[in-house]
Amino acid sequence: MLHIGLAHYLTVAAILFTLGIFGIFLNRKNVIIILMSVELMLLAVNINFVAFSAFLHDLVGQVFAMFVLTVAAAEAAIGLAILVVYFRNRGTIAVEDISQMKG
Amino acid sequence: MPAPNFMIVLPEIFLGAAAMALLIVGVYAGPRAVRAVTWLSALALAVTAAILLQPAWSAGGVTRQVGLFGMFVNDGLGVFTQTLVIVGSILSLLIAVRYNEREGIARVEFPVLVLISTAGMMMMIAANDLISLYLGLELQSLALYVLAAFARDNVRSTEAGLKYFVLGAVASGMLLFGASLVYGFAGTTSFDGLAKLFANGGGNGIGLITGIVFISVGLAFKVSAVPFHMWTPDVYEGAPTPVTAYFAVAPKIAALTLFLRVMLEPFGGLAGDWQQIIWAISAASMVWGAFAAIAQSNIKRLMAYSSIGHVGYALIGLAAGSAAGVRGVLVYLAIYLFMNVGTFAVILCMRRDGKMVEGIDDLAGLSRTHPALALALAIFMFSLAGIPPLAGFFGKLYVFMAAIDAGLPVLAVIGVLSSVVGAYYYLRIVKVMYFDEARGAFERPLGGEVAAVVLVCAIIILFFIVWPGPLLNGAGAVAATLFPG
Repeated sequence: MLHIGLAHYLTVAAILFTLGIFGIFLNRKNVIIILMSVELMLLAVNINFVAFSAFLHDLVGQVFAMFVLTVAAAEAAIGLAILVVYFRNRGTIAVEDISQMKG
Repeated sequence: MPAPNFMIVLPEIFLGAAAMALLIVGVYAGPRAVRAVTWLSALALAVTAAILLQPAWSAGGVTRQVGLFGMFVNDGLGVFTQTLVIVGSILSLLIAVRYNEREGIARVEFPVLVLISTAGMMMMIAANDLISLYLGLELQSLALYVLAAFARDNVRSTEAGLKYFVLGAVASGMLLFGASLVYGFAGTTSFDGLAKLFANGGGNGIGLITGIVFISVGLAFKVSAVPFHMWTPDVYEGAPTPVTAYFAVAPKIAALTLFLRVMLEPFGGLAGDWQQIIWAISAASMVWGAFAAIAQSNIKRLMAYSSIGHVGYALIGLAAGSAAGVRGVLVYLAIYLFMNVGTFAVILCMRRDGKMVEGIDDLAGLSRTHPALALALAIFMFSLAGIPPLAGFFGKLYVFMAAIDAGLPVLAVIGVLSSVVGAYYYLRIVKVMYFDEARGAFERPLGGEVAAVVLVCAIIILFFIVWPGPLLNGAGAVAATLFPG
């Protein structure tokens, strides 16, 4: 039977983190997808923390993961609030339309 | 387990409690309390500064204290830069009062958000652990995202908030990913533990180095150093002008201090590895800040590129990695604070035909319509360009000297050359004000607070050379404590 060790968790987390970054920079459609990608990045970090915490038999990593979850919730709330305000002004949340300022 | 020592975070606790109390006052009293809450916020910041500076004035001076289970540290570096941050916040609040009323965005949340973000900045400056670093950073960032979008009926302000939010979240994610790698490969998140590990020659693994690179990228985003600066011009241009003034000083000072602390304390044993990174982003910021600003026609955008360049100069001191370098950075930050707040206070007065104007050509003939404003802006521009005997020159002088002493002459030469390029666009503003055809007067400038801020900043910049002792000695003493022996 395959033994799942630290390296597997780290690989999954690294893949998820990379997906999150690409989701932000390659996505040309919708800002909501960017918010989802940000969550993906933070959750990938949480996998890292929990895996390291179990591996090191040290609780600090799990405490850190709890803080990250809390902050991620606050961050999503503020991001959505700003997005709603933006939508009221422009009537669109397509990424290519967010270009009033350039240079 | 010993009882936690809450005294070392007393200023932060007081500021947080004041912010919440003022929020309650604001919610109950409604819009008519805006002015009162703003003045009370400035007062709360002043009291915080008094609590903070009280040990520095007493006989013992500031000694390094670690407390709350190793989460926070109170030392000279912290007290020095926290004071600068508080001064920046107070000045930004003062210039915001009447601007917000005139633009119809006077709401009690504004001063409360400034207080909360200042508390976050003080926390991140005092951080002694990756957890408290992250929480302080997020406390300030989340408040700042909202401040950028504060003019919520204005398309550009909300767009600035959205862009700042997305790129700030990416930066936090990067920093956090780095923190997780450092935690995993070093086995601790405490700065003292990390410093001990690296001092004993341990931890040269690829995982740790990757983690440190990610953390540096996250911090470079926050200080808006090239190549992670792309959010800065848009956010500075779109955000309401007092908010831009605030962004240009307080978060920048806090993030640069954090950069200094993280690189010198926990990762100080790896200086050879990170020095090249800092060298490269410092040189790139100076050059790009100088060249990209030339083509700008909007003065807030120009100030954004100017601030990118100034971050590059300040990072020279970190690249030097010596006590002289840190002293240079601290002097630079203090002078930069007054130059920038002063400049933005003048920009606040640019209003014609019932709306704000931000073009550089709108300043044409300012010397004839508002001679005092033109003189003040000319002083700030000469200082930003680094022309002696104004204060900006000394800021640059000390970091360049530190770079040469540390054996980085190339970086100093790049710095001097990009100052020459930068002088072109700063002096162009002076030329427009003094030699171009007048465009008609601005509306009556913004009352006593703005005038007082412009006056104080101009006096400090102009007469720094007469009495530089307190700042230089204070910064020198702080820097010396970071490099014992």
